Amino acid sequence: MFMRPTAALAALLFIGAAPLALAAEKPTDPQIAHIAYTAGTIDIEAAKLAIKKSKNKEIIDFAKDMERDHAAVNKQALDLVKKLKVTPEDNDTSKALAKAAKEERAKLAKLQGAAFDKAYIENEVAYHKQVDSALETLLIPSATNAELKSLLETGLKIFQGHEQHAEHVAGMLK
Amino acid sequence: MRPLALAPALAAALIASPALAATIEVTIDKLVFSPASVQAKVGDTIEWTNIDILAHTATVKGGWDVMIPAKSKGKVTLTAAGAVDYFCRFHPNMKGHIEVAP
Repeated sequence: MFMRPTAALAALLFIGAAPLALAAEKPTDPQIAHIAYTAGTIDIEAAKLAIKKSKNKEIIDFAKDMERDHAAVNKQALDLVKKLKVTPEDNDTSKALAKAAKEERAKLAKLQGAAFDKAYIENEVAYHKQVDSALETLLIPSATNAELKSLLETGLKIFQGHEQHAEHVAGMLK
Repeated sequence: MRPLALAPALAAALIASPALAATIEVTIDKLVFSPASVQAKVGDTIEWTNIDILAHTATVKGGWDVMIPAKSKGKVTLTAAGAVDYFCRFHPNMKGHIEVAP
């Protein structure tokens, strides 16, 4: 049962990623900005839920790290789009991400104690893997503005760290 | 006689510690301590310059813990000899090492 949220998210993200795999449908900079910002917001929401629900210090500390880092990256992203006078543009990938995240949060909200901790951290591992892969293979190569590309590259470094951190915490729960 | 005997020791101490203490710079860029490993002496200061948009720490398990805010600096003065491994509490895969000579 613990695999279900992860699998569901992976499936939904796959739906989101599929149309973008077509070279002809590379996302534009305003879309990339929206996707990146949405992905960050999703992880902040998940972190808030974990901070509220979990009693496990490792989980709470990890969630606070996610909240702090993603808020910092998103602030940077907002400052950049303002500077570049770009209006982030909603798109199918952002919508798929938001929809999957809403469902994931609903599932997590029903779990308690150790079951919640395990599901949350496993989802964090899977989620960061998906986001990192999207950044690496699609968003960074598609970005045309150099500053946006650089911010995405910084984001990738940060989120790869999160992925390793999540894996470490997941390993400790076992 | 006693004050006289102490004078050379005091003078030596004044020359030996603060005058020769160095500040060793470590930069934090994209979640990497650079250089990752530094050599220092007791009395030296390590100063981290964080150019990331994220807050970091330089933390030794059971030892010192330095907060290094985003786009800011943090420092610690080394008081004990020996090798120390430090890491960032917020990003535990960030690691650094200091060799502290007496």
